[in-house]
Amino acid sequence: MKSILLGTVALALTSVAAFAGSHSVVRMGTEGAYPPYNFLNDDGEVDGFEREVGDEMCARAELTCEWVTNEWDSIIPNLVSGNYDTIIAGMSITDERDEVIDFTQDYFPPTASAYVAASADADLMGGVVAAQSATIQAGYVASTGAALIEFATPEETIAAVRAGEADAVLADRDYLAPLVDASGGELVFVGDPVPLGGGVGMGLRESDGEMLAKFDAAITSMKEDGTLNALLIKWFGEDTQTY
Amino acid sequence: MFSFCTDPSTLDSWRWMACYLTTGKHMSLYWSFGTVLLLLAITAPVALAFGFAGATAARSRIAPLRWIGKGYTAIVRGVPDIAFFLFFVIALDQAFEYLRHKVKCPGWDQPIRQGNDFIVCAEAKLPLGNAAQWLHEVYGFSLAVLTFAIVFGAFAANVLFGAMRAVPRAQIETAEAYGLNQRQTFWRILVPQMWVYALPGLSNLWMVLIKATPLLFLLGVEDIVYWARELGGTKTPQFTDYPHVDWRMWYFLFLLIFYLGFTKLSETVLDRIMLRLTHGQATSGGEAQRKAA
Amino acid sequence: MECWDTIADYAFRSIGYGPRLLPRTDFTLCQQFTLIGSGMIWNIYFGALALCTGFILAVAVAMGKASQNPWLRKPSELFIFIFRGSPLFIQFFFAYFFFQSLKSVSPFFGPFSSAALGALIVLFLNTAAYSAQIFYGALRSIPKGDLEAADAYGMSGLPKFRRITFPTMLRLAWPGYTNEAIFLFHATTLVFFSGFPARQQGGDALYYANYFADKTFNPFVPYPIVAFYFILLTLVVIGLFGLMNRYLNRHLPQDARKKLRIRPQIIR
Repeated sequence: MKSILLGTVALALTSVAAFAGSHSVVRMGTEGAYPPYNFLNDDGEVDGFEREVGDEMCARAELTCEWVTNEWDSIIPNLVSGNYDTIIAGMSITDERDEVIDFTQDYFPPTASAYVAASADADLMGGVVAAQSATIQAGYVASTGAALIEFATPEETIAAVRAGEADAVLADRDYLAPLVDASGGELVFVGDPVPLGGGVGMGLRESDGEMLAKFDAAITSMKEDGTLNALLIKWFGEDTQTY
Repeated sequence: MFSFCTDPSTLDSWRWMACYLTTGKHMSLYWSFGTVLLLLAITAPVALAFGFAGATAARSRIAPLRWIGKGYTAIVRGVPDIAFFLFFVIALDQAFEYLRHKVKCPGWDQPIRQGNDFIVCAEAKLPLGNAAQWLHEVYGFSLAVLTFAIVFGAFAANVLFGAMRAVPRAQIETAEAYGLNQRQTFWRILVPQMWVYALPGLSNLWMVLIKATPLLFLLGVEDIVYWARELGGTKTPQFTDYPHVDWRMWYFLFLLIFYLGFTKLSETVLDRIMLRLTHGQATSGGEAQRKAA
Repeated sequence: MECWDTIADYAFRSIGYGPRLLPRTDFTLCQQFTLIGSGMIWNIYFGALALCTGFILAVAVAMGKASQNPWLRKPSELFIFIFRGSPLFIQFFFAYFFFQSLKSVSPFFGPFSSAALGALIVLFLNTAAYSAQIFYGALRSIPKGDLEAADAYGMSGLPKFRRITFPTMLRLAWPGYTNEAIFLFHATTLVFFSGFPARQQGGDALYYANYFADKTFNPFVPYPIVAFYFILLTLVVIGLFGLMNRYLNRHLPQDARKKLRIRPQIIR
């Protein structure tokens, strides 16, 4: 830990001059297809919980931020190759990812994933369960007894349940909740929520220690003065978990 | 867009539709058609240039050059284009930044690869870190064009290589008999004469290029398929003024019509060009024209 | 030696034999080569079956397009136009939608929305359309004299088709058809990528490459492996089609046989 800290300090000292020049604009990378975390609104602009959190963080850290969207599949390779500076895309903090990039502290508490099905008696452990490919949920379903069926987008997983292709879908509860509400009884939550992942944090390159510290401080201050809780309730409803 | 669009939930279906189809997001969809057409318009000549260079290299008398030309066409054509697109853009981007880094920051003492990170000095970034968003988009678009051109250039190289060989030997010999040197023969006889043999292959390639554009989103360009998927997906009332169920079917139908129409148009235009090129040529097509006249 | 164990475990993972879970940490090059190679089973399955079945339909459609009867010609032209004029990507999308809705009509259609059958049908129709266009072009360039000679010998109907038209057409179309075969194999990578869902983490080569790229966050290893496998596959296809080409041209004197030149006439 000490050596990492020292390294960070050394890096901060050497790169402070470059920092002012190159990071005068911080590019925030997101997916834009995962409401309420992030999505494109009717005007085609990035909107959602993370947009507001991100803008607030940037304001507190006194950074100018710009929003860009990128496919989920290549979101980490493009970060480490320097096409944008942060990932703020509902990304759960996992050990695998942490080896490659650094995360701020979570700005969204660890939450549960949930199963949604067309009927309450769906067989979650022996039936066919849909999940978005390359998510922690897909990995979890593969390790249960259920037959995993994977789709490229979350949208298609829901469509598969509606069409009867899959018995149920496993995804973040907060993504599913508005869909279940809007379906008018067609879709229902089934079974107990599954705790997966370690909260949602902002991803940065491992070499960007200074920026990480700034955003971390911004999140701390937002947690302390209740701004973050207000945003959580605004986007995820009264009964969501808060800090 | 329209003055009555302030509260869409109260509108009748006709007006609702008018408002819906003119949201900012739909405008992006319409713009993306322009993006795709622009990409095609730029890629085609660039790919042709790559193809020409590749074909000329493959015909070269200098062995290493010939190997490069043949290797380029063989390898790129052997690989499915999706697999290529998935890693090539990032590779290209890093290659450019690496070169710029070597030129612009010779005094840089830190490694470029730090673990997983690819780090070059600030001046070498492409585009510069504080450049406007549109510059980033233009750069991304150029990378996409370049990737497409490299892939399709390999196919074009193959077509042109075959076409150069198809030019009747007698015509080359005639040129030599007139005392034209090798360079003159190449530019004045071979190149003008090869097009008629290359056109069927090239027009096929053009059709293929059109049909490869749905893969543009892999290259980070927000193309028509990207927007069709985004707009067509189920929208819940919480996040939009225009909730609807899964409408991807209709958006894709629209794309299907666009592609079919564009194909038809291309076929017509290419047929005309072929007609002009065959005029006076010693091919069966040219012969048919001669008889008809 | 460990690598042999990996191969033994995962060589047939893509079709459901082997450990249920894919490797999840400490990825080795061996695992990547094995699993991506295992995925190639699907690519070969789709490519080979679609090619064989598509061939028959393609000959029929080509004959239809060349026919004088508008009731045969028009549908053939439309079929070719639709499948050649639209991206495969969009064809997969519609096919999946269509098979899904058929499922609610009768459970008989259940298997159609799986990749193994549904995607195969799309590829079959698609390659049939592309090949039909090649065969049609070849039909039109059969030397007039050959057909007149057949007439002079009193051949007509089926014997003429079987002994003159069909072999000549095949011989003329073969180089173009070889390309079509290569590109059909390339097109199989789209199946799991855009159209059909993968079950139990069994997918094609690109599916596994995607899996590894996602887990290791490094696209520069798995995708080149896919490229490597496909270059091998392409070489095999060229070799096999070259043998067939020799057979088709066996009556010609040795030096008059045209060498099979691979020209890109069709891809999608």
